[in-house]
Amino acid sequence: MGKLVYLRNVVTLQLDQGTCCGCAMCTAVCPRGVFEMSGKRARIADRDSCIECGACARNCPEGAVSVQVGVGCASAVINSALGRTSACCCSVDQYQTSGKSSAGNGGCC
Amino acid sequence: MNYKVDPGLYALGHPDADSPVFISANFKMSFDHLRTSLNDGRSGWILVLDTDGINVWCAAGKGTFGTEELAKRIESSGLAGVVKHRTVIVPQLGAPGVSAREVQKRSGFKVVYGPVRAADLPDFLDAGMKAAPGMRIKTFETGERMSLVPVEIVHAVKNLVWVLPFVILLSGFSGRGAFLSHALQFGSVSVIGLLTAIAAGCVITPMLLPWLPGRAFSLKGVWPGIVCAALFLFVRDVLWGLHPAGALETFAWVLVIPAVSAYLAMNFTGCSTFTSLSGVKKEMKWAVPAQIAAVALGAVLWVTSIFV
Ligand code: SF4
Ligand code: SF4
Repeated sequence: MGKLVYLRNVVTLQLDQGTCCGCAMCTAVCPRGVFEMSGKRARIADRDSCIECGACARNCPEGAVSVQVGVGCASAVINSALGRTSACCCSVDQYQTSGKSSAGNGGCC
Repeated sequence: MNYKVDPGLYALGHPDADSPVFISANFKMSFDHLRTSLNDGRSGWILVLDTDGINVWCAAGKGTFGTEELAKRIESSGLAGVVKHRTVIVPQLGAPGVSAREVQKRSGFKVVYGPVRAADLPDFLDAGMKAAPGMRIKTFETGERMSLVPVEIVHAVKNLVWVLPFVILLSGFSGRGAFLSHALQFGSVSVIGLLTAIAAGCVITPMLLPWLPGRAFSLKGVWPGIVCAALFLFVRDVLWGLHPAGALETFAWVLVIPAVSAYLAMNFTGCSTFTSLSGVKKEMKWAVPAQIAAVALGAVLWVTSIFV
């Protein structure tokens, strides 16, 4: 199955190719295959796939990447709008249900 | 049941000073997953961070699986005295919380990001700590989506419980006969209508997610909602043997079921692995008002249909 992609042209990801040193760290940490190396520079190859997890920005040694980090979760947005504290929500991969309810983090997913 | 593992250094097999070091969260399933993936006779060290019993990805988002905790745990476990090399293998999904450079600066250990799935670790190690491209991508297959459905249903049904008394009470006023029999008969039909909406939003939408038209989850949720509304009305009018729904009630269901389904589908964004916060906010800006309007109008029509 092809990669699932959310809305177009909305993410806050920015790459300053001028300061990029070509270490390829961003391509290693991104779980969505957003970056690509082109020559000695990184390039945003698939911007719309970005989920704003922030792994790239935190691990870019040159500070060439910036992104407004957040979790793409409507329930969390609603909860915080209603002033509920349990704004936690996460995409749970292989760990599934028991982990979520057991983790002691209330409204998580 | 205890889902936590005590943080600290664990030996896997018979590790020595040259064995690789794997970083994990103190969520039992993260830990077990790592252990079973390496269960092909390998030895190594597992350094468990204190993430409050939360898995790597969620903890990294919160920052509990992060630079600070990793650097501290390397220090407090005395890892530098246990192994000769200076490399730790951190799960890639921990990267949102970990700055490889900071960790190296503070602990002297180089961070190498392992694959997204622990199951790929043996291949990753055999390739000399190189990840094949596919190992770097977090997927969201049908099985993974469906495993999240039960929790979503429980959430939705919990919210439904609040409306139930009103629905059943109001149903009692339908028709001319006995209050109680109407409350039960018309009320249970209406409850089934709402359950249909939950099925559409919480089960069918996640199942068909990649194939439903539209990018916004709310939009994806509308289609199963429409189909389920039609199905429900068919069952209600033809198979149930109730007097058929009038125009008002029909219209009410056509509004309410897709709207509720859209709302529940929208809430599935948090369970998915491909939505961004910016995107979700953009979607909610138009979707939430539309959902509220549709449900409100639907509720008014439904109540009106009872009293006219
Ligand atoms: S991590 Fe930063 S410096 Fe390295 S390739 Fe990516 S953008 Fe360039
Ligand atoms: S924020 Fe996350 S998903 Fe987006 S480009 Fe960076 S690493 Fe990839």
